[in-house]
Amino acid sequence: MATKVLMEALSPTMEEGRLVEWKKAEGDPVAVGDVLAEVETDKAVMDLQARAAGLLLKQTIAPGMTVPVGQLVGVIGAKGEDIASLVSGSAAAPAPPRNPAPAVVPTVAAVATAPLPSSAPSPAAASVTAPVPTDGGTRVKASPLARKIAADRGMDLRQIRGSGPEGRIVVRDLSTLAPSLGAAALIGRGSGEPYRDVPLTQIRKTIAKRLTQSIGPIPTFYLTTEVDMERIAEAREALNARAEAEKGQKISFNDIVIKATALALRQHPACNAWWQEDRVRYWNEVHVSVAVAVEEGLITPVVRDADRKTLREIAAEVRELAAKARERRLQPVEYSGGTFSISNLGMFEIDQFTAVINPPEAGILAIGSVTAKPVAEQGAVVVRRRMRVTMSCDHRVIDGALGAAFLKTLKAMLENPLALVW
Amino acid sequence: MATFDVIIIGGGPAGYTCAIRSAQLGLSTAVVEKDKLGGVCVNIGCIPTKALLYSSRIATVVAREAKELGIEVGAVKTDYGVAMKRSRRVAEQNSKGVEFLMRKHKITVIKGEGTILPGKKVRVGGDTHEAKKAVVLATGSRVKGIPQIGLEIDRTSVISSDEALFLEKHPGSLAVIGAGAVGCEFADIFNSFGSKVTLIEALPRMLPLEDTESSDAVAKSFRKRGIEVIAGAKVSKAIVGKDKVTLTVEAGGKTQTIEAEKVLMAAGRAVNTEKMGFKEAGVELTDRGWVKVNLATLETAAPGVYCIGDVAGPPMLAHKGSREGVNVAERIAGLKPHPIRYDNIPSVTYCHPEVASIGLTEEQCKEKKLDYQVGRFPFSANGRARATNETEGFVKIIREKKYGEILGAHIVGGHASEMIHELGVARENEYTVEEVDLAVHAHPTLSEAVAEAALDSMGRALNI
Repeated sequence: MATKVLMEALSPTMEEGRLVEWKKAEGDPVAVGDVLAEVETDKAVMDLQARAAGLLLKQTIAPGMTVPVGQLVGVIGAKGEDIASLVSGSAAAPAPPRNPAPAVVPTVAAVATAPLPSSAPSPAAASVTAPVPTDGGTRVKASPLARKIAADRGMDLRQIRGSGPEGRIVVRDLSTLAPSLGAAALIGRGSGEPYRDVPLTQIRKTIAKRLTQSIGPIPTFYLTTEVDMERIAEAREALNARAEAEKGQKISFNDIVIKATALALRQHPACNAWWQEDRVRYWNEVHVSVAVAVEEGLITPVVRDADRKTLREIAAEVRELAAKARERRLQPVEYSGGTFSISNLGMFEIDQFTAVINPPEAGILAIGSVTAKPVAEQGAVVVRRRMRVTMSCDHRVIDGALGAAFLKTLKAMLENPLALVW
Repeated sequence: MATFDVIIIGGGPAGYTCAIRSAQLGLSTAVVEKDKLGGVCVNIGCIPTKALLYSSRIATVVAREAKELGIEVGAVKTDYGVAMKRSRRVAEQNSKGVEFLMRKHKITVIKGEGTILPGKKVRVGGDTHEAKKAVVLATGSRVKGIPQIGLEIDRTSVISSDEALFLEKHPGSLAVIGAGAVGCEFADIFNSFGSKVTLIEALPRMLPLEDTESSDAVAKSFRKRGIEVIAGAKVSKAIVGKDKVTLTVEAGGKTQTIEAEKVLMAAGRAVNTEKMGFKEAGVELTDRGWVKVNLATLETAAPGVYCIGDVAGPPMLAHKGSREGVNVAERIAGLKPHPIRYDNIPSVTYCHPEVASIGLTEEQCKEKKLDYQVGRFPFSANGRARATNETEGFVKIIREKKYGEILGAHIVGGHASEMIHELGVARENEYTVEEVDLAVHAHPTLSEAVAEAALDSMGRALNI
């Protein structure tokens, strides 16, 4: 029997998708997991993959068209199969905007009974990269262990692509650790718990309520400090000279700021937290979101466990994530789950600015340019390279003194680069 | 000279399985084998030893339990020669079975010693064959002695499994050096046939790679049956006489002399990498002598040359080799097989009681500082086990505390080898202990002990 190909929710917030390009022509054979088309979502260009094997009998929309999630875009079936009723039926039915009713969703049974290629050995049996059936919320294939971990960590399985048989989500898909690491590695690292939830005290509730009334919905305040970057600049020049000689990864000021921020957050867990309405989630892991400008706006890919990574690792990862962001190839798991953000406009010669908090995170740093300027030092005016850092704080989570203490640690780290390795 | 898509050197479980899968995927396939198809496993390993262990188990049951079971048999006499001949027939049937499978899948079997030549060519005798897609090395392993202490295998007094499997008569006394799977199985066999058996292990406990509780349970059972088990032992000297070997063994600060009619060497195996042109063809070896492979693809340092089975590295198990064979065949055919989970390969010793395990031991969990809870269920509390007089042993499941992941499972008992796979399936699919319990287990079965151990790891076993 034929299987409908529907526009799928390829990102958590996607309501409609633009079909950029068909990758299979009408009449082409397709296997489960084959890329049928490229679809532009609200966040990225993603692959729409086949849920059934057979021939792509019909493309019901043309490249460039935008349709809501759940609408029919094509049909997969056996050669010569009559699909007129499928195609016309769908055109008559109004496509639901989101979370389509189960009736129009290709069920697991439909996939299972779809015709397989007639040759005896089934290559599908060995394919690895079938996507997870997002199915508009009806059914996600995931292992019980993956479900438990995802539920505990507040991860939405519909956003994750499975690498197990038939696109089943397994534990390795939840982690950006090396794929060779199994569940035990994911679970058993570090202090164990990824975060600690603390219910709101009465005073916190009152602060949250009063401040939200005043400046809402996120009552933000700003802290600015100026950091002497002279020693960091020298250290960076030395490291990059070496990287040049070894043809290794060069590092930017921003990479250093990411590393220093991550280390400072370790010392100030109060700033490495999420506002969760009835509680504050204090993270034991540090995942730094880095704002990247893309053609249509900006996106914040996440450098996971940035406190544990070396500068070179951070530098390489940021390059890769930024490149993927610009090509709109970021996977949802790569731009979600951050615990604190950094936005840097230094390259645009901005001295100082304020950045908008990326909820549920409670803080973001706005980084200005590194500029040589006269400063007073021991009674004399000297020229030093300086950088202005402004932190936006969600006052429901971070009080002024806590934010200031964090900034002081960050400033001390940047002014004494040895602190980065200490 | 003939041309094939794939040429496999070695017709053991890794090689012949690779050949079948290759043929299934439409590749023209040849297997080069110098001896019998099925390799060590079928001919002088897994299969004939299981036949002998069956004899040994029946002998023990008849001698010790017949009367209690209401069966009069008189005096029990055993004859190793007869049991050995039956084990040969079993091995022979299995090797024939492999020959049939080769014919069924139209796989060319080339008899002789294969030498790999550069450029994906294989020479057998005077003929050179060419592989269009890939050459697969599946040359296996062989027994080895310890010449450093005077224990070179002489095939009469100092023997290996190769000779033990063909003895006409059991030796009056036997010292087994190495208490891994092979050593334990032969200790069991010859003990049942009446040999006085001493089992000597260099590491601190027998079955040293298993969980300590498993090692201890088998050691206790063996000692009860009259097998002397000496672990943490160093054989410092060996005098090999005509009908007698005298070993000097140091263990626990004491030095003792052990005399035995024969010594069976079961301390490790050597891989077959010599005189087959590996080096010249660009195939590299690791420091420890295995062929160096990319574990993700099983490709060697020579492009288009793959390596599977014992010669590709540990664990040296038939089922690991055959899985690698399937994986490589699919890769050669252009498919993308799921990666092999080397952390999820069951390990089984078929002595009585059997020992089977998968995943981490409790010691490894401790080392990795994992937060775990152990669930145990003894067969003495299992109705089926009591009904069949097999109350030795237990099921032990190690559960990760937070999410219930099955970190490891260890079974000692009469049918442990058949029971471990439930936990293998569970681990492969990332089921937690809860799903293992949720699957209804038939009553009365030994497998109920698995469900009970799963429950016990959550602190709520029902029947104990």
